[in-house]
Amino acid sequence: MLTEQPSENIGGSMAAAFLALLRRDLLLAFRRRTELLFPVAFLLVVVSLFPLGIGPNPALLARIAPGVIWIAALLATVIALDGLFRSDFDDGTLEQFILSGHPLTLLVLAKIVAHWLVAGLPLVLLSPLLAIWMNLPMESLGVMVLTLMLGTPILSLIGSIGVGLTVGLKRGGQLLSLLVFPLYVPILIVATAAVMAASDGLPYGAFLGLLTAGLVISVTLAPFAAAAALKISLS
Amino acid sequence: MNPDTRKMKTDRPRKNPLVMFIHKLGSPPWFYGFTGKFVPWLWAVFTVLTVWGLYLGLIKAPPDYLQGEIYRIMYIHVPAAWMSMMIYVLMAGMGFIALIWRIRTMEIMAMNSAPIGAAFTLIALATGSLWGRPTWGTYWVWDARLTSELVLLFLYLGVIGLFKAMDEPRKAARAASLLALVGLVNLPIIHFSVKWWNTLHQGSSISLTGSKIDPSMLWPLLIMAVAMKFYYAANLITRSRVTLLQQDLRKSWTRDVIEDATPERIL
Repeated sequence: MLTEQPSENIGGSMAAAFLALLRRDLLLAFRRRTELLFPVAFLLVVVSLFPLGIGPNPALLARIAPGVIWIAALLATVIALDGLFRSDFDDGTLEQFILSGHPLTLLVLAKIVAHWLVAGLPLVLLSPLLAIWMNLPMESLGVMVLTLMLGTPILSLIGSIGVGLTVGLKRGGQLLSLLVFPLYVPILIVATAAVMAASDGLPYGAFLGLLTAGLVISVTLAPFAAAAALKISLS
Repeated sequence: MNPDTRKMKTDRPRKNPLVMFIHKLGSPPWFYGFTGKFVPWLWAVFTVLTVWGLYLGLIKAPPDYLQGEIYRIMYIHVPAAWMSMMIYVLMAGMGFIALIWRIRTMEIMAMNSAPIGAAFTLIALATGSLWGRPTWGTYWVWDARLTSELVLLFLYLGVIGLFKAMDEPRKAARAASLLALVGLVNLPIIHFSVKWWNTLHQGSSISLTGSKIDPSMLWPLLIMAVAMKFYYAANLITRSRVTLLQQDLRKSWTRDVIEDATPERIL
């Protein structure tokens, strides 16, 4: 245990703590570069299974493309999220976060941002390739990327609450999917509706607006819930 | 100002009787003794209301002009669906109290609500599916209310799963209560997104301002709805009393309770 010290001597300002933690997590991820490819490879493999299982009919694939890509992204996110707090929980870093005097909510947000940059952003960047595989019309390709850009951070934010609750458990990963998938239902509905509307040539601005609203709500509320969840797991 | 009130100010502040009552409910021996007095009455009222409601609903009420006799499944289906949602809200509310004030009886009540609520959700889904076969021609359609109910079942299973996965019951109850609260915030969003995603289900027949059902069919439904609420209260309190005894097995008040309940010859 650390000896008690006044908080201003330890970490400097809150912004400095946020950036330091962000930098540390990105650095740690970059040191284990190969692991960065796991969620991307998972997404590629899962999406490629659908044409194999359903048949190569281009019209059918185009119809189910938004749902398939989004569900694969959900799965990839949850699998990657399982490790969000794991190593920090095991080696006691999380306890040091609480002792640091900085709000745990802020530090949790830094970890989520770092995690999304490492595990969520590659999925967004990869999605045009998947859209072409699935024969999605070119007009809706941009909307697909936009929905993932707005939606995957929401997945990470809501998922972090579930990770915080399950981090101390041995089989947390399996339980995590049960906890968070029901909460992902609205995002899946709105995001795929946006892409389908774009494919049909209908206006899709309202769906993107709803996704943005979801992002704003989850950025403001989810870190608090995740921090509370971590405190319960550490108690 | 009369002298009495002035005197009271110098004494310790006197507690409001309602506040005192709530404080006492937080004490396991007091909770056990207090609920023991009226839980048989809850079971009795539930039994009477259920027999009365089912008699009116299944025997006295006329058949529907369109659906015939099959509509009578409504007397189970609709109250169960109402209960499934009400219990989730109550569970999250009790979880909120348990998280803020760390009252152990509240933790136990919140966690014991989850299996009852999940059972009601399952009953609502199963009876709805059986009702759908003759009226819609299929056991399952992905319509808005069925889908919401299914997601609600998943939320319940998540709460139960998380609670059972942790070894320490108090920590598990706090974690599962937090999850229930997160689910409660999400529930309206899920409900409206699913509703807007697809609507095929018939509209609500009962609203706060009036009803489209004939009184002879409506009364049994309302009686059954009240009966189910008594069932929930009776089942919840019975379960919570057992949980309290299990958790406090080594405490002196539990020993007293068990010795009082056991006949001499067994001891």
